[in-house]
Amino acid sequence: MITDPRWGEALSHLPDYLGNHVRVSLAALALGLAVSLPLAILTRNRPAPRAVLLALASIVQTVPGLALLALFYPLLLLGASVTLKWFGVSFSAFGFLPAMLALALYSMLPVLRNGITGLNGIDPALIEAAKGVGMTERQSLVMVELPLALPVMMAGIRTAAVWVIGTATLSTPIGQTSLGNYIFAGLQTQNWVFVLFGCVASALLALAVDQLLGLIESGLRNRSRLGAGLGAIGIAALVAATLVPTMGRSSSGYVVGAKTFAEQYVLSALLRDRLQAAGLSATARSGLGSSVIFGALKAGDIDLYVDYSGTLWANQLHRTDIKPRAELVADLKTALAKDNITLLGELGFENAYALVMPKKRADALGIRTIADLAAHTSTMSIAGDYEFFSRPEWAALQKAYGLQFSAQRQMQPDFMYAAVASGEVDVIAGYTSDGLIAKYDLVALDDPKHAIPPYDAILLLAPKRAGDERLKAALSPLLGKIDIATMREANLRASGNDANSSPDAVAKWLWGKVGGQ
Amino acid sequence: MPSRPMIAYAHVTKSFGPLRAVDDLSLDIAEGEFLAIVGGSGSGKTTLLRLANRLIEADGGTITVEGEDVRNVDPVALRRRIGYVFQSGGLFPHLSVADNIGITPKLLGAPPAEIMARIDELIELVQLDRASHRDRLPEALSGGQRQRVGVARALAAKPRIVLMDEPFGALDALTRDALGEDFRELHRKLGLTTVMITHDMTEAILLADRIAVMRGGKLLAQGTPAELSKSSDAYVLELLRTPRRQVERLNALLPQSGAA
Repeated sequence: MITDPRWGEALSHLPDYLGNHVRVSLAALALGLAVSLPLAILTRNRPAPRAVLLALASIVQTVPGLALLALFYPLLLLGASVTLKWFGVSFSAFGFLPAMLALALYSMLPVLRNGITGLNGIDPALIEAAKGVGMTERQSLVMVELPLALPVMMAGIRTAAVWVIGTATLSTPIGQTSLGNYIFAGLQTQNWVFVLFGCVASALLALAVDQLLGLIESGLRNRSRLGAGLGAIGIAALVAATLVPTMGRSSSGYVVGAKTFAEQYVLSALLRDRLQAAGLSATARSGLGSSVIFGALKAGDIDLYVDYSGTLWANQLHRTDIKPRAELVADLKTALAKDNITLLGELGFENAYALVMPKKRADALGIRTIADLAAHTSTMSIAGDYEFFSRPEWAALQKAYGLQFSAQRQMQPDFMYAAVASGEVDVIAGYTSDGLIAKYDLVALDDPKHAIPPYDAILLLAPKRAGDERLKAALSPLLGKIDIATMREANLRASGNDANSSPDAVAKWLWGKVGGQ
Repeated sequence: MPSRPMIAYAHVTKSFGPLRAVDDLSLDIAEGEFLAIVGGSGSGKTTLLRLANRLIEADGGTITVEGEDVRNVDPVALRRRIGYVFQSGGLFPHLSVADNIGITPKLLGAPPAEIMARIDELIELVQLDRASHRDRLPEALSGGQRQRVGVARALAAKPRIVLMDEPFGALDALTRDALGEDFRELHRKLGLTTVMITHDMTEAILLADRIAVMRGGKLLAQGTPAELSKSSDAYVLELLRTPRRQVERLNALLPQSGAA
């Protein structure tokens, strides 16, 4: 198991992932402390604002980490457009900033609650004594109240640190590289080595930071400069160590974006390899949420990625009509050009939604198309990915065929196929390019009424790359070369759980198949 | 008696909500005097003490310390020049004995070397052991030792006035007796003006020059123990009778000692 080359691959990403993880976590923690500690001190004798503050912090805590992080992206996009309008300057709503702000907010509850509890738990006789020996309010706070509240406050800070480091793994979808990149990529490509590596690395980091904070705490408590100093040096060293590898890296390279599923990981690796082969420096930024990635391209935070025509048609152009494949891509190209986004061309395959069920069962029931299925849906359950049921295609499908399923469930895409194969659900909304359709002996039902729009894989370039001929030249060998059978096989390979199934390995295989000699 | 009192209360009033803790009270404390304020719980004696260094602000009337109206003195500066001994010590648990003692000089900005010397001097003065107590935390001391540290802390900035809130109340009888005697000696040696709260008339008689008796926020009587015994107030007389009755009973119960 140790000889599995995926460990080496995971290790090679560590400086980048860990470095970004440490920086965003510590920045968030520092910001959270800078806001929460003064608030705890200011409200210690004011019960009404204190109650409001704690209630707000508690509400934030009830928002799931992933949702909180996701919320900050549109919020900052809005903020960026406002500052652009009023002050003529904008900022990136992608990656570091939203992740840091959301995590900082997340860190506030334990710091506030423990800060307030610690300060309020001090024997009033001691505060009276501090006054009595001639301390000002400030001196009483610094010399008596804070030192006495320190153990409780530090416990809160340590809790916050562990939470933030853990939750930072969820900042991958909003474009912040973190140890979560291992976990997201691993889950999507069924690479359990990556999942394990990501979990262990973030747990070790959390433990290490907790211990260093503990060292600072005991140093402060025993008034030992050495202990506190050692802890502070440890934290500083951690930050410095994570800065070194990043500084050496060129920041002018191309960033290839990828959404959160296996096909995207493979394609982004393929694009990156092509750019590097053409002598361009390139990195892949994987695991971006599908609502984040287009905005990131538009803002120039990533330079290129592969999207699907139907997705942009519905989500960006807000169109509900359906056109033939080529016509839809042409319309899309014109519309995107208005935003100065280049639609370079189609890769050749289509990754459309399709209703999928076990082949045997379909044959037994005589189902070949969605129209055939409609008669049986009242006793059937359907599963889809997290966005499918809120997408216009689902509404269109229901309307066109009168589908009324008895139950609908949301699932991690990679688990859907196994779920439908085992009969846990009757039908899934799968993807036509998915290799698992063949693996589990499933069938994608025909759509005779064309309710589902075409989903051609298309290559998009950021506005700032519109005139970049070297880039276009490096990518053009891929256009129109990847047919559906090839992509299905690539996806099937990527779903394996061995060394040959890593996105990098599959990308190399794919290149060998479509263009490499 | 010197012409100007060290502390003077004139028609002082302080209420907490509907409760009149101090009710139109007037009292002078002369320089060098050791005054005990005696009264039951809720009689207003702690409030009266804290009005002198503005830990509590008066509602009405005038309080002067060394001739100055306390309202015209910055409360922090006032507290730094008046020693205060808290009930059961009030020591800061995270600071060593030395740092507790040196706190007021430090707040006043004294040079560190001077503070160190003063701490050592005070540890001697209150009869603690420099080697074994100086760098301990308060939790490692006995109740009596802690109260000695409390006294040392109150004396650190060389105050002329010391206020004591039931300083020996929580101690066992032997420790209490020794500490009381020792403090009485310090009071004399340093020429202090001391105001001590106690609910124990015996302690008041044994230590104080003069006793003020409080009840319901009012001053019932004041004077030397001998003067008080001539009071016409039944409560005051009852307070004075108690120690005597105890002595008589003790004499009856214990065999006469010291002869052998």
